[in-house]
Amino acid sequence: MTELTFYGNALPGVEREAYSGKLIVIEGSDGVGRSTQTAILRTWLESRGHAVIDTGMTRSVLAGRGIKEAKLGHTLGRLTMQLFYATDFADRLENEIMPALRAGFIVLTDRYIYSAIARAVVRGVDPAWIRSIYGIAMVPDAVFYLRAKNAEQLVKRVLMSGRKFDFWESGMDMPLGEDFYDSFVAYQTRLLKQFDEMSVEYGFRVVDASRSIKRVAAELKRATAKIIDAGTLEALQAASNKSMAAGSTTRIEDLLQVEGASNH
Amino acid sequence: MISYGEHRFPGKLFVVEGTDGSGKSTQLALLHQWLIAEGYPVVFSEWNSSPLVKDTTRRAKKRRLFTPTTFSLIHATDFADRTERDIIVPLKAGAIVLADRYIYTAFARDVARGCDRAWVRELYRFAVKPTVGFFFRAPLNIAIDRIVSGRPQLKYYESGMDMGWSDDPEESFTIFQGKILEEYDQMVKEFGLTVIDATRSIENQQKIVRSIVTRHLNGGGVVGK
Repeated sequence: MTELTFYGNALPGVEREAYSGKLIVIEGSDGVGRSTQTAILRTWLESRGHAVIDTGMTRSVLAGRGIKEAKLGHTLGRLTMQLFYATDFADRLENEIMPALRAGFIVLTDRYIYSAIARAVVRGVDPAWIRSIYGIAMVPDAVFYLRAKNAEQLVKRVLMSGRKFDFWESGMDMPLGEDFYDSFVAYQTRLLKQFDEMSVEYGFRVVDASRSIKRVAAELKRATAKIIDAGTLEALQAASNKSMAAGSTTRIEDLLQVEGASNH
Repeated sequence: MISYGEHRFPGKLFVVEGTDGSGKSTQLALLHQWLIAEGYPVVFSEWNSSPLVKDTTRRAKKRRLFTPTTFSLIHATDFADRTERDIIVPLKAGAIVLADRYIYTAFARDVARGCDRAWVRELYRFAVKPTVGFFFRAPLNIAIDRIVSGRPQLKYYESGMDMGWSDDPEESFTIFQGKILEEYDQMVKEFGLTVIDATRSIENQQKIVRSIVTRHLNGGGVVGK
């Protein structure tokens, strides 16, 4: 079980009970490979016998559709957009992420509050203001930051994928350059700077994303396994202490063996 | 940094606040007509009216998807859109902006629903400070009578049914409005709201409102006249 902690104030009406799942965040720039890695990690976790849900920005029942409609028109004001994202986030946190965590799921989220903060700050929003709004966020069990070295690396990925430069990923709502390419480079460079600044503040585990998909995936699996197993050990320790107090002779090693057998 | 606070725009912003049934919208409509007749450029803006956000709010209300936090955030989103389009722009251009409900509505309702007082205030930090914030204060029983007798059925969120205070809509509404009124009373000093006694006659209230508004228009800035 993990104690539920928030960055700021706890959500109103939410019980502050411990949860048995794990909240794992995959963060990083546009096109850095987050969704590919999330998909690989999910399949692998499920093959290990864990129940997994994945979620990501603008996927809420409440606000997802509204945001997508508003983005099509490119007419959202800067503040409005940030608050719409915060609404989407809160809905997913309360109605999707937290219930799943209580039920013991591993929740993989493609982006969390950090992308939202970076995008807002790059658009001139007060960093303290946007952080305090996201004070409603619970602190995740781990944040893996898939780090690209520079915007050029991201450019290469866009080109290799055969996609075009996207309006929003290029920050064309501002814009920062004459065309999509110039603006993309300038915008992504600024975002990278924000991510780097948040890295220490929020305790990101930095993963070098310039390597092959396979190598990045291997590192993510290893690190994720550690987090899950640490949680399991803790739970077993607690269970063992309890049974010892009750006069039972079960040792933690016995419990671990049983757990290991059912898991593999 | 985007934080408007005390604005230096030439226009003027007058807002009306109060519990449901306090008569504030009637007063604002009368003020609006009068200002137009006087030859001022006037823009009217009401709570929950952003075309971009309205559909989301309506859908979520219908399906009862809101928690206190998302209810608060979607209204802040709506308000941000109004601020960016309907409030800042005319104020810069030198118009009079009239707002039916403003940030104080959010402060009262969201805190009544359990949101953190400081968090909600921070959420709305980008709002423009009104020239005058009128608070139409009606005693609880009068306001509730006006609403309950004038409406076939109380709505789910309007009556605070989402909070589970009572299974009876009217009782829930009474509890909710009581909490809201408490918050308003606290805000009078905090934000320097101008209290208008909503038990007085409509004509009498309007006379007071107009005299206060006139004082702020004589200072200049507003286009016209």
